[in-house]
Amino acid sequence: MVDAAFERRSGSAAGVADATTERRTTRVAATLVAVAFLAFFLLLPLAVVFVEAFRKGVDVYLAAFGEPDAQAAIRLTLLVAAIAVPLNLVFGVAASWAIAKFEFAGKSFLITLIDLPFSVSPVVSGLVYVLLFGAQGLLGPWLLEHDIRIVFAVPGIVLATVFVTFPFVARELIPLMQEQGNSDEEAAMTLGAGGLRAFLTVTLPNVRWALLYGVLLCNARAMGEFGAVSVVSGHIRGLTNTMPLHVEILYNEYNFVAAFAVASLLALLALLTLVGKSILEWRFGDAISGRTAH
Amino acid sequence: MNNTAIAPTPAEGWRWKQPSVIPGFGIAFGYTIVYLSLVVLLPLGALVLRASEVGLSGLVAVAFEPRVFAALRVSFGVSAVAAVVASIFGLLVAWVLTRYDFPGRKFVDAMVDLPFALPTAVAGIALAALYAPNGWVGAPLAALGIKVAYTPLGIFVALVFIGLPFTVRTVQPLIADLDRELEEAAATLGASRAQALRQVLLPPLAPAVLTGLALAFARAVGEYGSVIFIAGNLPFVSEIAPLLIVIKLSEFDYTGATVIATIMLALAFVMLFAINLLQAWSRRRFGHG
Repeated sequence: MVDAAFERRSGSAAGVADATTERRTTRVAATLVAVAFLAFFLLLPLAVVFVEAFRKGVDVYLAAFGEPDAQAAIRLTLLVAAIAVPLNLVFGVAASWAIAKFEFAGKSFLITLIDLPFSVSPVVSGLVYVLLFGAQGLLGPWLLEHDIRIVFAVPGIVLATVFVTFPFVARELIPLMQEQGNSDEEAAMTLGAGGLRAFLTVTLPNVRWALLYGVLLCNARAMGEFGAVSVVSGHIRGLTNTMPLHVEILYNEYNFVAAFAVASLLALLALLTLVGKSILEWRFGDAISGRTAH
Repeated sequence: MNNTAIAPTPAEGWRWKQPSVIPGFGIAFGYTIVYLSLVVLLPLGALVLRASEVGLSGLVAVAFEPRVFAALRVSFGVSAVAAVVASIFGLLVAWVLTRYDFPGRKFVDAMVDLPFALPTAVAGIALAALYAPNGWVGAPLAALGIKVAYTPLGIFVALVFIGLPFTVRTVQPLIADLDRELEEAAATLGASRAQALRQVLLPPLAPAVLTGLALAFARAVGEYGSVIFIAGNLPFVSEIAPLLIVIKLSEFDYTGATVIATIMLALAFVMLFAINLLQAWSRRRFGHG
């Protein structure tokens, strides 16, 4: 009552509530500028992918996927993600268990090392494997002798993908598990559960949404990685081309409709990832600790 | 001094790992270290080894080769400008998304992550098509005499696209955490809204803005996929350092590729270090980070 009276007395727009925000015109102008900027820089490129893909009609669009090379690229992309994501999932769980549930010296250094692949250029991520396994690389002569192909073959593509997606699951789980502490697991063990049972019935359910969140991001990057994979692939059509590499080849051959058609599949994957990510953030924000920066 | 290596009691002596009733440390930690070493440390070690064979003088010699120097200058120069622009708009977008309510706000908020989710090659060909002289944006600009695609300006556009989510997402949580009472106090003490923004609200955000800028810059310097399609890749004009690594590799010039990679890696470490310092400073100064 007193507050209301004070507000009225102190004059129209300068009430206490209004003191902590900008003028209406400023707000509207700032919102318009921000939304226009995002629409121009983010939505327009997304829209152009689908418009270019359907430029010559649905038939030509679909024909792009009938090609054996395109199908081989899709299969290889799925295969690479199917290997890389579970590998980094297991690593993420193991690393977060060791880091979040125990106290040991050098922990923050270990976390920095786990984050390392994020600060390395994708091209450099591919290069390191060429230097290690390439014909002139450290292990090159030995591999040649035993007739093992890693670089310019599927294993190299998998390795490069594992490298660039390395931190995704771990960095979602570590802060959350650190926040949750050990009391749930300790309670379970007091009640007679073994370590494995405590992990499966207590820890895993506690972190399941964050785990899914990490897997989602890891998968999107695994299927979409271009730079690292491009360096180790050798670009052999039908054999070592993933979808992003196939997009590049088609584009450089001026086969724009086919390039954008394959790109539209990847864009769809990105949109699905964003939808899944948003749903997880809105519904289970607390359960994934609400961190969004990457 | 008694021998603490055998059995230090909890009260005295240094322990590498604190005791715990929770099992599984050995296997989890061991697996983490082995996997980390095999996937990340060993390959990076190969790079360091190769670079050390070249030596510092060899490093400097390659870095100052005209074409390499030009590529590094383009990469670092355009990345810096793009990171600054992305930070300014990132701050505005973060402020609008956190402080104001408008229809479709959640949708716009989700869209900010698009550059994270969209494969870089897809972003690359989309931007190239958009800004080409006959593209939706390129055509009107070409009529004005501005050429974007196949020039450094095209690289700039791609790097702003790539950097934006970093700048928005780093600042956003801090805007949400800003203490409303400070603004009320500023208003009570007679500050205009512009003064309150400039003197009370923006200073605590500065470390986060700088962190976002550093993250966007670090990402932009290494970016490859979204840039090469729109850049035109003209040596000395619009050729970026990561592309030059790929070119050197295709010419089997492993040493050249290694040297450029080492320079970029060294910078990545400097940036990582700077970001950590910034966040430590921010925690001391403002109690968060």
